[in-house]
Amino acid sequence: MVLINFIVILMAGGILAWVVSRWSAAAPKWIALGSMGLNLVLVIAVWMENCVVHPAEDSWIIKLDYQWIPAFGINFSLALDGLSLLMLMLTFFLGFLAVITSWKEITYRVGFYYFNLLWVIAGITGVFLTTDLFLFYFFWEVMLIPMYFLIGIWGHENRQYAAYKFFIFTQASGLLMLLAIAGLYFVHGDQTGNYTFGYFQLLETQLSPGMERWLMLGFLAAFVVKLPIVPFHTWLPDAHSQAPTAGSLILAGLLLKTGAYGLIRFVLPLFPHAAHEFGTWGMALGVVGIIYGAILAFGQTDLKRLVAYTSVSHMGFVMVGVFAFNELAMQGVVMQMITHGISTGALFILAGSIYERIHTREITSMGGFWIKAPFMGTITLIFVLASLGLPGLGNFVAEFLTLLGAWQADRLLTVLATLGLVAATAYSLRIMQRVFLGMKSGEAPFEDFSLREKIMMVPLAVVIILLGVYPHPVFSTAESSIAKLFSGFSQEQPASTEKQLKEGGAHE
Amino acid sequence: MNNVEIINLLPGILLGCASVLALISITIKRNHKFTYLVTASSLLGVFYFLITYAVNRTITLEPLFIIDGFGLFNTGLIIISTLAVVMISYPYFEQREERKEEYYILLILATLGASMLVISKHFVSLFLGLEILSISLYGMIAYLRKRERSDEAGIKYLILAAFSSAFLLFGMALVYAEAGTMDFEGIAVYMFSLDELPLILVTGFGLIIVGVGFKLGIVPFHLWTPDVYEGAPAPVTAFIATVSKGGVIVLLVRFFMIIQGHQYTVLVTTFTVLAIASMFVGNFLALRQNNVKRILAYSSIAHMGYILVAFLAGGELGAEAVCFYLVAYFATSLGAFGIVAVLSDEERDAERLEDYKGLLWSRPWIASTFTAMLLSLAGIPLTAGFIGKFYIIAAGVSTHRWLLVVMLAVNSVIGLYYYIKIIAVMFERPEEGRPVLHPKLYWVNLATLLLLAVVTLWLGMNPQGMIDLIREFLGST
Repeated sequence: MVLINFIVILMAGGILAWVVSRWSAAAPKWIALGSMGLNLVLVIAVWMENCVVHPAEDSWIIKLDYQWIPAFGINFSLALDGLSLLMLMLTFFLGFLAVITSWKEITYRVGFYYFNLLWVIAGITGVFLTTDLFLFYFFWEVMLIPMYFLIGIWGHENRQYAAYKFFIFTQASGLLMLLAIAGLYFVHGDQTGNYTFGYFQLLETQLSPGMERWLMLGFLAAFVVKLPIVPFHTWLPDAHSQAPTAGSLILAGLLLKTGAYGLIRFVLPLFPHAAHEFGTWGMALGVVGIIYGAILAFGQTDLKRLVAYTSVSHMGFVMVGVFAFNELAMQGVVMQMITHGISTGALFILAGSIYERIHTREITSMGGFWIKAPFMGTITLIFVLASLGLPGLGNFVAEFLTLLGAWQADRLLTVLATLGLVAATAYSLRIMQRVFLGMKSGEAPFEDFSLREKIMMVPLAVVIILLGVYPHPVFSTAESSIAKLFSGFSQEQPASTEKQLKEGGAHE
Repeated sequence: MNNVEIINLLPGILLGCASVLALISITIKRNHKFTYLVTASSLLGVFYFLITYAVNRTITLEPLFIIDGFGLFNTGLIIISTLAVVMISYPYFEQREERKEEYYILLILATLGASMLVISKHFVSLFLGLEILSISLYGMIAYLRKRERSDEAGIKYLILAAFSSAFLLFGMALVYAEAGTMDFEGIAVYMFSLDELPLILVTGFGLIIVGVGFKLGIVPFHLWTPDVYEGAPAPVTAFIATVSKGGVIVLLVRFFMIIQGHQYTVLVTTFTVLAIASMFVGNFLALRQNNVKRILAYSSIAHMGYILVAFLAGGELGAEAVCFYLVAYFATSLGAFGIVAVLSDEERDAERLEDYKGLLWSRPWIASTFTAMLLSLAGIPLTAGFIGKFYIIAAGVSTHRWLLVVMLAVNSVIGLYYYIKIIAVMFERPEEGRPVLHPKLYWVNLATLLLLAVVTLWLGMNPQGMIDLIREFLGST
């Protein structure tokens, strides 16, 4: 039941927030904060119970299954494993912060705003939980439409264009996935006579190589657009820079992760052979993304756009890690999903805070803020260093593991990907230098963090440091899911992969 | 014809009687409300008859009609949709000065024509049904004579519909000359005896497709659609978009099923080309429109293309998909045009995009309903349109019509753009001091809209009941 509760609490909270906005402008905020907080507490309780106190035997901790549309074999089935548990914790943590960051920023149509915010999170929660492909597509769309409204109504000056672009890119790729889902459904049904969208049944489908390739491309389309991978990334800078702060936070912190999650949960297990064939190409695309994103990030003068391009670069590591096909890299990917969500989310909140103070996102009109706002400067420094991959902070662990795993798969590409870290140093330090250092501050007042902002930023900073020095809880939570992912492969792969697997396990 | 057979035709007879009753009531005393009530209650009566009496039986009334699950289901759909149109019409016409009572007579007759179409199995009943429908529509489209575009639309429809009827007749004549029968079954039997289709028969079918294509408004016979949609009163537009087109689609499906058209490459290829052309042309032309009625007109062209995909997929799943899509499309289109009607005032219809600016803030309920309808037309989950589109994709994939299915997916994306454009306008912050329409709101149409919105969302979230119902009806054929 707890799985349904996650979604129901958010959806009900959203409707309630919209309804009460008629009478009170403050109530929607508290309702949103309450439902997000309740979910956060619930998910942490589930985690403590199942992963820390009594580690579960099976990799699936909780499963749940109801009939929904039996005519098509569609079930309302949710399941939780270590991977989705981690993603949910990230979701509710960032969701909680998204409410706080909107507290003062949003003054227009507050009720409808929080309705959309909660429904986006509900959709994302569904995506991370579902084990029915139809339901997956359903939630995939449920998270889009509220996001469209968030960007389109509360965004910055060019919001309509950005919202359109975001919506059409993701819809187009999503429809290709829908076709692939339908294809898989019929192939499975024709083989077994059991027409179902259930993930566990579809895993056993025997596909001809040609079919497998096409179906995988359908899924891949949706996920690489979401991730995003160059050249399908062009919606991202626009959407990120035009969205309100909470929108950028959710986009960067969570929506991009749904693409990565889809790759791990669906593409690899459903189409193992085709994915292997695609492996080198996938890694190469990832490397292109890393370098291209980094170069463009360096050239931006719009702070939010800059951070957006760093996302392109960081998500390249995810692609490299996923298609390296070993546990080590996969652990890195999971770690990267979490740490990128936190560090980039924090940078977007910072950009939002600066925008609230000086009403511009242009880096050229910033400078010298450290003197006036030392607390803000310190916090920024932490996240900038995290973004460039400084040891001791979470991102280092993630990227290092990814590269270590990728090294076993393809050395040349790994060397190129490592260059991305050098570029990351350049663009990250540029943020620090242009915004907080230098003398261009002038006389205009610039306040340091308020208490509300400190409440957001301090936990983020603590988490990113914790993940950097003690990442073990994340690894142990994700371990069983990842091991299962590769146990399926090892039967079909030549011995070299198994050897890698053994090496891959060595980090424990 | 004995008593048992008469009873099967009762829906049609009741509709005929209702029109006479309405006529007589007008001659005695003109009263808009009374005529409206007569119409609504007779439609309700017919619908009640259908749901209580007419399930699970197949009866042929030689030589003209076949009453089976497929026909009955769609008759019911037509009746209930007309009822929704009536509900929207009352407040709409109440606000306008012209004599409004005769409109209901035409509406009932048009419904009669459409419900004849869906049960006909003979060229004669086909043609009669189609003409009853079309001739009533001539009057309905030009009903508000004081508006200039109303006349234009009426005459345009008159000329083109008469023209297409001529094509249809000529086609039928050619088929008759070759096959020697006008009965669908007879034609099918004749065609099975041939190795190859003779040229005259193919020409005949070609001309029939032209005629039917006009009524459906598929490319390249779509040129009347935007003008007529724009010029006609909003409830009439709703009627054309749903009942009139739906009836013809059902007829086409039946004809194709009986002659087993999927075996004939020439027919399949023709319809494939028509379907793809309709999807692309409809969606592309809608992109640049600034008139809501015209956008919906072009979108209906595209939607006819989508339905043709299900129709071409064929098989049981195809027929189910057509039925489900029709239900979804009817509910959605009625809702969308209903909203245009609700927002219109006596000056003009609410058709300009500016009329919708900031609607979400000024009339949140209506705007939310319209948003739901547009999302359903775009095929976004949680709405009936999504399940309908999914049904079509499933039908297409199951018979490996990949080309059509991919085209459908591509077009859904193009379509999104203009649906979202309307939604985006509704969400814009309203400006002060610009001319706005002042519609009077009646609870009748608001309740109808709410009901349609509930149906759209309910079908989107829990379609199992409707799927079962369709399967039950189709199983009896």
